[in-house]
Formats: sequence, C-alpha cells, structure tokens
Amino acid sequence: MSANWEPKIVAFFCNWCTYGAADLAGVSRMQYPPNIRVIRIPCSGRMSPKFILSAFRNGADGVWVSGCHPGDCHYLEGNYYARRKFSLFKNLIEYMGIEPGRLHFSWISSAEATKFVEVVTGVTDAVRALGPHEKFVKTNVKVA
Amino acid sequence: MSNYTDKIREISERLLKQGKVDMVIGFKKGTVPMMNEPCFVKKPEDISKLVWDSHCGINLANYLTDRKEKIGVIAKGCDSRNIVTHVIENKIKREQLFIIGVPCEGMIDRRKIASMFQTGSETEILSVAEQNGKIIVRTKDGEKTSERADLLQKNCALCVHRNPVIYDELVAEPVAEQKNIDRYADIREIEAMPPDQKWQYFDDLFSACIRCYACRNACPLCYCPTCFVDESRPQWVGKSTDPIDTKTFHFLRAYHCAGRCTDCGSCERVCPVGINMRVLTRKLEKDCFESFGWEAGLSLEQRPPLDVYKTNDPEDFIK
Repeated sequence: MSANWEPKIVAFFCNWCTYGAADLAGVSRMQYPPNIRVIRIPCSGRMSPKFILSAFRNGADGVWVSGCHPGDCHYLEGNYYARRKFSLFKNLIEYMGIEPGRLHFSWISSAEATKFVEVVTGVTDAVRALGPHEKFVKTNVKVA
Repeated sequence: MSNYTDKIREISERLLKQGKVDMVIGFKKGTVPMMNEPCFVKKPEDISKLVWDSHCGINLANYLTDRKEKIGVIAKGCDSRNIVTHVIENKIKREQLFIIGVPCEGMIDRRKIASMFQTGSETEILSVAEQNGKIIVRTKDGEKTSERADLLQKNCALCVHRNPVIYDELVAEPVAEQKNIDRYADIREIEAMPPDQKWQYFDDLFSACIRCYACRNACPLCYCPTCFVDESRPQWVGKSTDPIDTKTFHFLRAYHCAGRCTDCGSCERVCPVGINMRVLTRKLEKDCFESFGWEAGLSLEQRPPLDVYKTNDPEDFIK
C-alpha cells in the first residue's frame, strides 16, 4: 500500500433522499472526503446483489448503499423490502470473508446533510483503515 | 423403506387408470447402482418401472415447473417442501397435483459408500442392498456391510422434516422425526473464523469447481428463463473458472435461494467434484430463521421472507 493511497468507494444513493442529502451538503459548501463515486438509483429497493458484487469485482475498496428512513420511502415500502435483502446479503458476504467495514448501509433523508457528512466520513475512515480491497477483485478484468 | 415400492406402484396405477393424473413422476432404477433416475410414467402398463429405495435423493419438485397437466408426484419431506415453494411462487397449481407422500429415513450418500473401499482403487460397486438397517455393498472382491445410519447424506443426517408437509396419500405411516439436531454447528464454526481464514476456506472449497452448473440444474428453485450466469448484456458474472468468477457464481446462486432452500441436498448430491455448497445455502437458512423466524416450504398460506417485511425487522447494521 503506497503512502498516498486513497480508498475508492462506490456509493449507491436513492434518488429521493440520500442523493438529495448529498446535493444539499454540496450546495451548503460542507466539507467531506472525496472518496465516494456516487451512483443514483431510483430506490434502495432497486439494489441488486449483483451491483455490489460487481463494484467489488471491479476494484472498489468499499461499497455504501443508502436510502430513505423506514416509513419515508417514496414508493412506500421499497426500503422495507431492501432492508431484508441487505441483512441477508451483508451476513453472507462477510461469511465469505469480506471484512466487516467494507460494506455499509445507511438511511439518510434529503434534509440530513449533516448526517450525510458524518456517514461519508465514517465510511471512508472505516474503509481506509482496512486498506486496499484485494479479495473479490477480478484482477485480469478488462473494463471497457 | 424399500418396501414402499409396491405401495407406490399400487397408488400410481390406480391414479393413472382412474384418469386422476396424466402422469406420475417417480424414480426408476439407473444403469449403475445408486444412480436412480427420475421417471415419468404415463401409461398404467409402465408402472413396474417405478421403484423406491435409498438412492432417490434427487428432488422431484424440479420437474413440476410450469407443467400444465395433472401430475402425480412422489414426494419425500424435502420434495414436499419444495412443492409448497413451487405453489406459493406460482410455478404449479396445487389442484394439478396428487402428492404421493413418502415418509423418508434419509438417502444414502454414494460417496460414503465409495469411501468404504480403498481410495484410488478402481473397485467397481456391483450392487448395494439394504437389510434391517444395514447396507450391504457387493464388489467383485466380496461384500462389505455397514450401518445405514452412518452412510446417510449429510443433509439427511441433519433433516428435521422427514415426513411430507403436504400430501394427498401417504405410502406408509409417518416416521419419527429426528430430535435435538444441531443443524448449524459447521456454519457457526465458519462464522467464528477471522475474515482471511474464511476467504481461504471458501477458496479451498470451490477450488475444484468446474462451473458445470449441475448444482443449478438439479435445484428445484432455479427456474429463471435466463439464469444470471447466462446473461451477457450486462454480464454480471464471469463465465470462466477463475476463482473470483466461481465464488461470485456460488455466492449469487446461494443468494437466489435465500428463504427458499429446503436443504434437500440435490446440489451437493449431483456435484461431480463433491463440493459442499450447502454451507452457503444453510447460512442463509440460518439467517432467515434467526432474523425473520422463517423456515421454507412449511405452509401454503405464508409468503416467503423476501416478499414481505415487518416494520421492526432487524437493522442494527444500518447507520
């Protein structure tokens, strides 16, 4: 690991809340680590396990999925279903040997810019502490 | 258990003659010992093909997917739970089925039989017979006998639902269910390992995998029109036997079975290289039970765990 190594974190944000929170943090000129690559999804219920695995396979050091607080889903119940899937997914991927601390989940509403900054800092610190991710990476993969 | 054959034939013949079903799905003898094949009987005169012994491990629910005719199906405990799963997932209608329930005492693991003989030697097993709880294996050099209980498939040794959960007719009195079984001892062992050791464990576990997809094909849960491994745009999972691709495949295969797997053991049974991929499906089974109080295939009324939610589901892992 080189001294100036910075973690790359793929962040999947729900369009209706966390994406808005990131936007609010931005327009409010709040400072947060620039290690996340944001991918906007329509709802946390849209998350597929393939997305997370794909991020890891392509060399992400961490993955972070964030959606609306339970009860606040734009589609009423998408995040309730997502929560069950995430719980099984997280357990299984950690069971296979991914370190706890690489995969993060959070609920952040579009008004919670402060919480957004707190979580993005926390996630980045956790992934940085673990160092580069080497396990689920497909080394010889050619990304177009 | 082998005396079930007569009763199965009798029921099947009656069903076919009365026109209650268009066919009966059961087992016939394979061409080599311990390899029974699924068998579709459509005419009463073919009824003598049907057999039942300790090598009927394949899950027959796999052959019901999207069938339109009326079917008599022979079901062990695990098959019946997968039939329930099929019904609640709308892959077959309950009214189409006449379930011939078979109380099961576990199936025999052919790999354990092979290991009774010196490894490496090309001893051909000529026949495997069963008598009073003993298994008699005959080769050209003679006979060996072993306790039936020691030769069970791993999933059968841990089984707690030996009797069919739904059926229209039973071929025999229900057998006693196994009590005080610790189903997850090995899972807890893996859970307790540090991450690097877990990773190594699964590296070793899947190192022999040749990506033949036998586990997927034998699984009654795997019926997607296009499997994720066959998708190419986008291609989520590499098709090679690269260790990461193999792990991704096994990860997703298991995850697709979350809350649906009944641990029938078909995947492990059909694996040509004997990979115990059940350590993944059983981890999910354990989590589904601990987090959502769910056991797959026990009731036609309840929706599967990923199809419902509770407002107070566990979420300590979410910030």
